Amino acid sequence: MKQRFTIPMPARYGINIGLLVLFLIVGNLIVGGNLLPRAHSNNVIQVGFFIILAVSLNLSTGYLGQLPLGHAGFMAVGAYAGAIFWRSGLLPSEASLVVGLLLAGVVAAIFGVLIGIPALRLKGDYLAIITLGFGEIIRVLINNLPAITGGAQGLLGIPRYSTFLVVYICVILTCGAIHMLMKSRHGRAILSIRENEIAAESCGIKTTYYKVLAFAASAFFAGVAGALFAGNLGILVPGDFDFMASINILMIVVLGGMGSMAGSVIAAAILTSLPVVMQPLAQYRMIIYALLLILVMIFKPSGLLGTYDFSLSRVIERLVRRITAGRIKEKGAK
Amino acid sequence: MIFVNQLIIGLQMGSIYALVALGYSMVYGIVKLLNFAHGDIIMVGGYIALFALTSAHMPPVVAAVVTVLGCTALAVVIEKLAYTPLRSAPRLSLLITAIGVSILLQNVAQLLFTADGHSFPAHMLLPAGSLTIGGFQVAYTALITILASVASMVALTILVQKTKLGKAMRAVSEDTGAAQLMGIHVNHIITFTFAVGAALAGVGALLYSVQFPLIMPTIGVMLGLRAFVAAVLGGIGSIPGAMIGGYVIGLLEVLVVAANLSSWMDGVVFLILILVFMVRPTGIMGRPMLEKV
Repeated sequence: MKQRFTIPMPARYGINIGLLVLFLIVGNLIVGGNLLPRAHSNNVIQVGFFIILAVSLNLSTGYLGQLPLGHAGFMAVGAYAGAIFWRSGLLPSEASLVVGLLLAGVVAAIFGVLIGIPALRLKGDYLAIITLGFGEIIRVLINNLPAITGGAQGLLGIPRYSTFLVVYICVILTCGAIHMLMKSRHGRAILSIRENEIAAESCGIKTTYYKVLAFAASAFFAGVAGALFAGNLGILVPGDFDFMASINILMIVVLGGMGSMAGSVIAAAILTSLPVVMQPLAQYRMIIYALLLILVMIFKPSGLLGTYDFSLSRVIERLVRRITAGRIKEKGAK
Repeated sequence: MIFVNQLIIGLQMGSIYALVALGYSMVYGIVKLLNFAHGDIIMVGGYIALFALTSAHMPPVVAAVVTVLGCTALAVVIEKLAYTPLRSAPRLSLLITAIGVSILLQNVAQLLFTADGHSFPAHMLLPAGSLTIGGFQVAYTALITILASVASMVALTILVQKTKLGKAMRAVSEDTGAAQLMGIHVNHIITFTFAVGAALAGVGALLYSVQFPLIMPTIGVMLGLRAFVAAVLGGIGSIPGAMIGGYVIGLLEVLVVAANLSSWMDGVVFLILILVFMVRPTGIMGRPMLEKV
């Protein structure tokens, strides 16, 4: 029995780091090199925080199997927390950036736990509607507390920290953290809740604990994405975080594939770039998305990529195997 | 005096919420689907009534019938095209499809009629003016709204409790599999339930348009969500519960507006929702849910 060809672990890390550096260089060239008009290069940054939003929502939708409809609420909490901290100018800019992002995530995660404990006792549609309600409550609060949040007029003069590099690092950290979480035993516990909650519980998995954990982690990264959003636009208005914003994120996750990180990343990139590229079709955009959503649910309910996840190392392994298999055949023919 | 006037407005709003909540509650009771598109059917009903009255110059009664039938037909088409293929799919898929239908209806309406509001000729549908009952002025619109919704609810109760079709509906909602074994055509009953819910939504659309005479592609969203909260508050799946919930939300809205807190209204509604879920997830009239393994 011949052993199958596999790439050893350090080399896999090497391949992944190489890929990340390649993306960084290409992205930097696109954004900084004046290759694209300004609107397009800003779109590259937007793709970044939509990737974070989609990947984090995928944690609770795809992996945990719940349907929260208030992701924009967590994003709003993070955005305002980060923006208010940044505007206060308590720390020098580099430290302020890092602390602000962490603060945004932590505040959003606290809200995630607060809403998660009552919400996660309920299932399916009830969870969907209670998280939707939470998102609306957040928006109403932001609208009615102008002293802190600027109210409906918006919060102005937020320092523009969200450069390509910052967003890119956050994307990698988010994807890396969620990937590692899902490969750990905690991740398997989360998956088992999706597959069969009662069976998971009877195997001794603390379902409520893991649900709240996944929910809080999801909220944390949504908060970070919100802060990046604030740092990109420089202005926040409560209308940015309405129900449609949550639905937009959900659409990315559903179309990409519930439970596929690669799917979320690709769908975030495509759905965020399409409106910029296809300006003439702008008025049909939402109609097309809605139809896509319905058709995908009818014909491929797990989303376009399903639970498939991309791994460059695996692709290389498969290529090498195919080549060597060809050689063995040739030898056999001789 | 002011109190009684506010009470009447509250009852008027509550009637509309109750009608809409019934649609949510019935559909949820039978297919366990939170029909997100229900609110948008009301929006479509508003447009049908608008064009029936203005462009087609129909008499008010004909326009009302056309609106109710239009909503019913739309709901049946949606049910057949989008929900029937997913009958055995996970509930998550069904819910996402419903969201998709809701977005689709809103955006098609926006494409056809633009995002700007069309003003609704309320006086063409119901007479303006008011009636004096025992020293209190009651607007005709309020009176007709309350009477029409009570009549609809009585008709619905008779349909569900006294007819064979109603018995079948109750059976399917109780246990779909057993109902099928008893020779009930489950798919027809489900479609019929959607149709009845949408007919009530059609009545709701007419009454809502009279109360708030500005039709926009997004009017269904908040109305739908508040009505859904009403259905949950009353106990989802329960018909009297939906009515009670509707009136509670309607009166609450008047209270919030009277306290000059109208910008907090949506927050208050959802806060109630969260409290209901925490204290009594089955609502006022709901039966406790048993979990089968």
